Amino acid sequence: MKTLVFIDHFKGQVQPAAWEALGVAKGLGNTAAVIFGSGLETLTKTAFEFGADEVLVADDPGMQDYCAEAFAATLSALASSRSSDLILLPTTSRTRELAAMSAIDLNTGVLVDLTGLVLEGDKLVAIRPIYEGKLMEKTACSGKPVIATLRARAFPRPAQDKSRTGSATKVAVKADSPSKVEGYALTEAAVSVTDAGVIVSGGRGVSNNPSLTPPAGLDEKQTEIWRAQQGFKLVGELASVLGGAVGASRAAVDGGYIPYSHQVGQTGKVVSPDLYIACGISGAIQHIVGIRSAKLVVAINKDPDAPIFKVARYGVVGDLFQILPALTESFKKKLGK
Amino acid sequence: MKIIACIKQVADSEAKIRAENGQISWGEAPLVINPFDEYAVEGALLQKEAQGGTVTAVCIGPESAKEALKHALAMGADNAILISDPALALLDTQGAARVLAAAVKKSGGVDLVVFGRQTLDDGSGLTAAQTARILGWPMLGLVGQIKLDAQNLQVERVIEEGRQIVSTKLPAVLSVVQSIGEPRYPSFMGIRKASKAEIPVWTLNDLGISAPASLVSRIELITPPSRDITCEIIPGDSPAAIAESLTSKILAEKIL
Repeated sequence: MKTLVFIDHFKGQVQPAAWEALGVAKGLGNTAAVIFGSGLETLTKTAFEFGADEVLVADDPGMQDYCAEAFAATLSALASSRSSDLILLPTTSRTRELAAMSAIDLNTGVLVDLTGLVLEGDKLVAIRPIYEGKLMEKTACSGKPVIATLRARAFPRPAQDKSRTGSATKVAVKADSPSKVEGYALTEAAVSVTDAGVIVSGGRGVSNNPSLTPPAGLDEKQTEIWRAQQGFKLVGELASVLGGAVGASRAAVDGGYIPYSHQVGQTGKVVSPDLYIACGISGAIQHIVGIRSAKLVVAINKDPDAPIFKVARYGVVGDLFQILPALTESFKKKLGK
Repeated sequence: MKIIACIKQVADSEAKIRAENGQISWGEAPLVINPFDEYAVEGALLQKEAQGGTVTAVCIGPESAKEALKHALAMGADNAILISDPALALLDTQGAARVLAAAVKKSGGVDLVVFGRQTLDDGSGLTAAQTARILGWPMLGLVGQIKLDAQNLQVERVIEEGRQIVSTKLPAVLSVVQSIGEPRYPSFMGIRKASKAEIPVWTLNDLGISAPASLVSRIELITPPSRDITCEIIPGDSPAAIAESLTSKILAEKIL
């Protein structure tokens, strides 16, 4: 099977699931990594180290910023000219669009956000969560190439062999774009929740610290948000010690405590970390389905009857404003930080 | 300004979804407008208010999906169109996109097509980009803010790394995310208007297309294994003692 693996990156920072996709492709046969951008020498080297048989680059100033149309046109032309059997992409905000548009160009279908992909005879059969993980489906695509995006952390990361090398093959660029990237406003969040190994999340409970005195002159809503932000500082400190991301429940984002990009759950992001620590989150069904594939769930809540305890392995019934700093200190000591 | 908001009807997010005899069952749970599509309607209404014009809500589905369209009308949409045809029972995303693109063309003079980020059921999040590709219009996905000045459109896209600012010319296709603004509650007058509305139904014949072939198909539904978890509540006399005991237990799991 001949596979193209799209190495999704932002200014050289690769979405780790791209390497996982490379590992899946290696198990199926010939693997060509595809990288778009400008100045791609380092990424090319890394793609060979993770096992790519070939690295195909569209290294062009016109491809520096992601643009759906230009990327789709270049990828589709590449897949056509090489008669690829499969295009694999990590599931990200960019690749859903890219896969969707390439499928129209190539008159084929897309299997989205897979947690399993196997060859049955000569047919690729995929497993993917639907209804945000309340159900799974086995599904297949009758077009060629099959286009599939893989959920982050659902497949093993291949070993990196620093001694593997190779040289990149340049491909034709179709950089005609109907839209223009004017710039970026980047967030400070070091780790995004989608591919985080550890997530510490806050809910409505983080705004309830009675021992704080808010600054004068705030109205009721501003006071609530100020209180919540103090709470999220504690959440962020624990996340930072664990090298993890900060998550939030719907109640917390709707309350304006933290931007939507942090929201975990059915209407936010479905996550699969090794460790999920829920702080002051009661555990609405929509939140619980979003953390279904977390390996270990820990809940901290003052209400012993909160539904979150039904899905947690360890629980603390208590005041998160006291427990969180104590946890941060204890991890700092034990992890030698 | 002629704006189309594409919506879908789905089972409520509280629903207990199960596989029953190879079919998806949502029990007694109500069918509602896909929650992400309420943001699409809100985004469309905000632009109509700023620029003037009309908002038409479009939905593919059975007769019962008119209820989702009525929700959009009650929020303030001017018109609604149901696309319904027995031949559309097994649509994949590219099939849905072909039908929606045909509906946009039939409507004529459309400036902006707005989608929600994804649906709660299949959740692929592909249809907006595929509709744009078929129409040959620019696609701006995951938009959190819209600025329109005559035919010039500038948006902020919410991506993993932060926000990307992109500009293009109309006509265009957008998908919007929550930062676009909380969907408004239907007003009393809106609900009255919606309950009386006659919603036209377009068939494939009306659109002048044949049923698109489905390229992606389901083989089997699988019920995820239930996880039997007993929660161990960590005791302790002080926060420090609880923390000490909890961190030891977490570290012993060897997952960090």
